[in-house]
Amino acid sequence: MIEHNPDRTTDNWPEIRAASAAALPEDIVAFIEKVRQGPHPESQLIGVLHRVQAHFGYLAEEQLDAVAQLLQVPTAKVTGVATFYHFFRLEARGRFGISVCMGTACYVKGADRIAARLREELGIELGQTTTDGLFSLEQTRCLGTCGLAPVVMINDRIHGQVKPDDVPALLRRCQELAGKDRADQPRK
Amino acid sequence: MSDTKTKTITLTIDGQRISVPEGTTVMDAAERIGVQIPRLCYHPDLSLAGSCRVCIVEVKDMNQYMASCSVPVWEDMEVQTNSPQIRQARRDIVELLLDNHPMDCQTCERDGHCELQNLAYWMGVRERLFEGERKQFEFEASSRSVIRDSNKCVLCGRCVRVCAEVQGVFNLSQQGRGFTTVVTPAHGRKMDNSVCIQCGQCINVCPTAAFLEQDSTEKVWAALADPELHVVVQTAPAIRATIGEGFLMPPGTPETGKLVTALRRLGFDGVFNTNFGADLTIVEEAHELLGRVQAGGPLPILTSCSPGWINFMEKFYPSLIPNASSCRSPMSMLSVLLKTYYAQKAGIDPRKIFVVSVMPCVAKKFEAGRPEHASDDGVPYTDAVLTTRELIWMIKAYGIDFASLPDDTYDSPLGLSTGAGDIFGTTGGVMEATLRTATEWVTGQRVDRIEFTEVRAVEGLRETQIKLGDKTLNIAVANGLENAKTVLDQIVAGTKQFHAVEIMACPGGCIGGGGQPYPPPNMKVLDPELLALRAKALYAIDRGNQIRRSHENPSVQALYRDFLGEPGSEKAHELLHTTYRPRKPRGIR
Repeated sequence: MIEHNPDRTTDNWPEIRAASAAALPEDIVAFIEKVRQGPHPESQLIGVLHRVQAHFGYLAEEQLDAVAQLLQVPTAKVTGVATFYHFFRLEARGRFGISVCMGTACYVKGADRIAARLREELGIELGQTTTDGLFSLEQTRCLGTCGLAPVVMINDRIHGQVKPDDVPALLRRCQELAGKDRADQPRK
Repeated sequence: MSDTKTKTITLTIDGQRISVPEGTTVMDAAERIGVQIPRLCYHPDLSLAGSCRVCIVEVKDMNQYMASCSVPVWEDMEVQTNSPQIRQARRDIVELLLDNHPMDCQTCERDGHCELQNLAYWMGVRERLFEGERKQFEFEASSRSVIRDSNKCVLCGRCVRVCAEVQGVFNLSQQGRGFTTVVTPAHGRKMDNSVCIQCGQCINVCPTAAFLEQDSTEKVWAALADPELHVVVQTAPAIRATIGEGFLMPPGTPETGKLVTALRRLGFDGVFNTNFGADLTIVEEAHELLGRVQAGGPLPILTSCSPGWINFMEKFYPSLIPNASSCRSPMSMLSVLLKTYYAQKAGIDPRKIFVVSVMPCVAKKFEAGRPEHASDDGVPYTDAVLTTRELIWMIKAYGIDFASLPDDTYDSPLGLSTGAGDIFGTTGGVMEATLRTATEWVTGQRVDRIEFTEVRAVEGLRETQIKLGDKTLNIAVANGLENAKTVLDQIVAGTKQFHAVEIMACPGGCIGGGGQPYPPPNMKVLDPELLALRAKALYAIDRGNQIRRSHENPSVQALYRDFLGEPGSEKAHELLHTTYRPRKPRGIR
């Protein structure tokens, strides 16, 4: 027999809302709720994604789903936007983000050979992160320091006139820093 | 439209002076003088994309070609739709669209019905000048209904627009950028892990074969060739109105008789009529409606025949699940009866019966696989679902000359239907059929009125009131889920009180279903004219039927007398009703 109990709730929204809110920091949930009060909340999608990336360092599926549900913007649209803009990262970045400048000046000074050496030493392709989570490798366009070409940026630091043979030393220096981090901050 | 306030613009197209209302596009203006500018991404019922550039024209004093679909006319504009340069440019554009396209037309399912193929021919592409890098996307066949081949996609965006704008589902979007741009559900996930409701409108609007239905023809050929199996078939109400289109008959030609003959020639051991299931649905659903009106709820009752709508409800409006009619769809009701009642009467082991249904729908493929529609030992009541397109192909593959076939009639007793069952295939049909029965049941006497034209929601959404004895019923009828949302949101918010709401996922109802024939070259899919012609065919069948009220179907009456008992009986519930549940991912409306 088919039950027809009008009091039985079949709505899964409270459950979905709670799970979505739990996936995001409180200030972002509050921000989304605020823009939902105003007109055209969907126009704040990119602003919300900026905040999520600032907090987590990248946009994971769980957070994208949560943004879609709380902002009530179709998930396909949210991931369409997130995958369109180069600024948004969909994977966690390593401890050290290495960007090889492929701008004109750096390129003619052999940036492609530096990139090749980095790929070889790290065993990853451009856009990937090493399995130990230590290094991410990317290319970038002009960093405005053409006088130092070719340049490699590691996190916020510019390294100028880099030669392919300098690469192992640069990476070693990062590894030493990472080791020091671990010594300074023992795991809880 | 004779709005006197609208300004008139006079311009010249190909040397002809023409006056059109302000705001008309160059493309529409050209159509008024009989010039069909070639096009690809444009669709009259969808928002403008202007992305393919195929419809370019030359405009005097403008230094570049303009996309005629998205440029409004201006006073004294001088447009040239054809010149050697423009034809060359259009041909180049199409050649560039083809440069990364698989060259497999002969083995492609849309061969002969492909807009890109036609366009290339019309533009005079006769050799391959550009050879670009090919797309290397994975073929995606996870869904029981809709499969994707992104390597054939030209990124026109029609599927994205129909899914978001007509169906309100927004399952698809262009992901990524540049050469690797691909149309997929969120996160690039597979269709069976998405908010897809399996209506198949993406298949209908796709100009190529980037979207197709999951194939069931192989399974059916195999069953037909198996001497152990008793293979029976049922055809949905909307099939007889559209099957002829597959054989170059004018749209709107009802072909019930030839359809039955063709199915017998294919080798089916029994040919039955889903319209019988429709009559049965009406008897059960009218009973359910009147029961709920008496008990005071849950109201409104929401119809449950359209599997695309049911999927939509489970993903987008789960709170309304208690409101849905618990009736199985006509297809599933008939399939159950074929493996119980018919099996018993004919003395055939139900495990040897293979039930095929021919549906205007791809979501029926999903419905057939739902565990709710399987017997206790897990065997589905419906073994295979063919779309109208698949059946047309099978008839052609067999070599049957459809146009010259004699007429035949359905097998009894599950073949007899009334006019009420016949109109299920068009918007408002289920509601009209319900009213034909409910008015008589409520008043307890003969009601002469048969046609309830006020519920035929050809414009997509209609609200009306119907007097039923001393009661007045508030009725809504919607087709196309974006239209349905309007009513559903009112129900959720409690701002409007309805007694009964009919919802069909596809525009126009089943006649506009995701499994219907691709339209003839001079018509667009979803074309209101095409839908009107198909609906006309169903109403003609209804008017030609001597019995036009479901409860008067003598075979339905016999079924209750011999097998089910009363409408709404325990046995009727066990066999003819079902349940629904919320599904994830939850859709965002």
